Amino acid sequence: MEFLAQWLDVDFMARFAPMYVKAAGVTITIAFWGILFSLIVGFLCATVQYYRIPILKQMVSVYIELSRNTPLLVQLFFLYFGLPKVGIVWSAEVCAIVGLTFLGGSYMAEAFRSGLESVEKIQMESAISLGFSPWQAMREIIFPQALAVSIPALCANVIFLIKETSVVSGIALADLMYVAKDLIGIYYQTDEALLMLVLAYLVLLLPISILATLLERRLRYAGFGH
Amino acid sequence: MEETVQLQVQGLIKRFGNETVLNGISFSVHKGEVMVVLGPSGCGKSTLLRCINGLEAADGGRILLDGEPIISGGKNMIRMRQKIGMVFQSYDLFPHKNILENITLAPMKVQKRSKQEAREEAEQLLNRVGLWEKRNAFPRQLSGGQKQRVAIVRALCMHPEVMLFDEVTAALDPEMVREVLDVMLELASQGMTMIIVTHEMQFARAIADRVLFLDRGTVMEESTPEKFFSAPQTKRAQEFLNTFTFEKPNH
Amino acid sequence: MQDLDISILFKGINFLRLLGGLWVTVRISLIAVGLSIPLGILFGMFMTLKNPIAKGISRIYLDFVRIMPQLVLLFLVYFGLTRAFGWNLSNEASAILVFTFWGTAEMGDLVRGALISIPRHQYDSAAALGFTKMQTFYYIIVPQTFRRLLPLAINLTTRMIKTTSLVVLIGMVEVLKVGQQIIDANRFDYPNAALWIYGVVFLLYFFVCWPISLIARKLEERWR
Repeated sequence: MEFLAQWLDVDFMARFAPMYVKAAGVTITIAFWGILFSLIVGFLCATVQYYRIPILKQMVSVYIELSRNTPLLVQLFFLYFGLPKVGIVWSAEVCAIVGLTFLGGSYMAEAFRSGLESVEKIQMESAISLGFSPWQAMREIIFPQALAVSIPALCANVIFLIKETSVVSGIALADLMYVAKDLIGIYYQTDEALLMLVLAYLVLLLPISILATLLERRLRYAGFGH
Repeated sequence: MEETVQLQVQGLIKRFGNETVLNGISFSVHKGEVMVVLGPSGCGKSTLLRCINGLEAADGGRILLDGEPIISGGKNMIRMRQKIGMVFQSYDLFPHKNILENITLAPMKVQKRSKQEAREEAEQLLNRVGLWEKRNAFPRQLSGGQKQRVAIVRALCMHPEVMLFDEVTAALDPEMVREVLDVMLELASQGMTMIIVTHEMQFARAIADRVLFLDRGTVMEESTPEKFFSAPQTKRAQEFLNTFTFEKPNH
Repeated sequence: MQDLDISILFKGINFLRLLGGLWVTVRISLIAVGLSIPLGILFGMFMTLKNPIAKGISRIYLDFVRIMPQLVLLFLVYFGLTRAFGWNLSNEASAILVFTFWGTAEMGDLVRGALISIPRHQYDSAAALGFTKMQTFYYIIVPQTFRRLLPLAINLTTRMIKTTSLVVLIGMVEVLKVGQQIIDANRFDYPNAALWIYGVVFLLYFFVCWPISLIARKLEERWR
């Protein structure tokens, strides 16, 4: 501790640690809802693409291109500053969750789609020839296999989306980034503020990242490929 | 052999784009009969089986099972399919289920049979094909021949009236072909109605009650195996059979 | 009124100013990608080394870059490095440094993936044909790696352009900032300008990134 105290203002860090905890709460809340809705949107989009439902399929393609080729920060600026001009006034939290979902939905769709495509067509045929209805075959045979293939990509997307939440400080949400910026601006305790920022993201993301690696390895070794 | 007609195919036509793959196929299979379908590759044999099972919609003609029409996508399709078992070339077991689950999934989910009953029958059938020890293994742990025997059991467990075999030994190593063919021979001896597409000529001769020879989407010849293999009537059939015999070249 | 406010885009040189702002981020991305590709190729080859120390270093580097949000990296360099080492880095130099640091890690991982995806028997059959190691690498491995890599490298460019939008948060005057300035300056004449300006910024990014994504996809399909 004494060694640390030479470099860092430990008291300062202790004093402001609760602020970081609170800010981490904001980050986690936004990430949680954003990821949940991204999964739902992504699943629906992938289903539309898999069954090639006309019209909806084209709409999904347009959405995916728009979502994948624009930055989240710009999406947020449009939602937060632009939309109120046409009477749509959302709080910063709602904008952040909507923005994250708009971005994440296309990434999740891609993950689900590649999983579904990896299941050979004959799996569906052999299920159907055993008397399964198409819906039963999807639920019992196709989807479980597709999900196993999708999981690494889904995990990567979860980590990606949590990282992306750092952008919401741009629309004045008091997340981790925002607090760090504040402390630097007010107290000039740059080293401490930045160190706590890095630590906060490590604590948040390292366990998820390790979990994802373990999950992927388990799936690969238990892989049921031929 | 009983003389009731079980499956009737009448003037079946199937096109893919401009290409007519099946051009008015007609035949009937009696109960307990084994029909072997032969022909050069691309003659429409596999398509024929897929039409019978409703995986492909016919463009013309009718298929009747016990007098009831099979219409791909029709209302009765799920019920009809349970009467028809099909085994594919690529022994496509469900990779995420173990062997017992592979076999009992459809009886439980489709026929709503009890887990215990389905399981008992599955174990019995596995025992008959000599794979009872593998009941808890996963498909990837089995050899090709073992997988194919499981695929046959999986179809049998649905109590089908007719079994369709689509080149089930084509993807197997030669030493595994026998174990699969033996299972099929036993099935035939128990009176199962079967339609078999195969390239194993000796096996075809041994198992068939009747032979159907297809070429370019039409039935060229329909006869007994003895007649077909010893004295084929058409030139196409003679040429086809010749491709399976080899002579030592004279130097 | 909103309908009329669209005319703000055509007032004076507003649209040109927005394009100029966009160029700031695109320029940074291009420089960072230009640096990341050669560095990433070296790093990717470094990662395939069997040496445990090399493995450890690349693991830590890659994981750190993967876990930390790019905005955090940007803050670390812009606020942290400047103080810690007394460097006086401009925000543009910080951005280029950070995005190159990030891009090198991403590119390196792509290179590593492409290198190890070449099946063992490609090396074996080349050896059986009498190729030397260098010849094998030059004639067999590099062309195959290149085909796998090019679409991915192009994709990295779009990711880079999207990510550089963050530089506004370390005070660079880029397209979002220019947009803000235009909105502020016309607060009273064009109260609804924000809708149009940010809508246009959104579309500007889209029309820069989308063609690049399309090229990457076409190449991927052709070379599959």
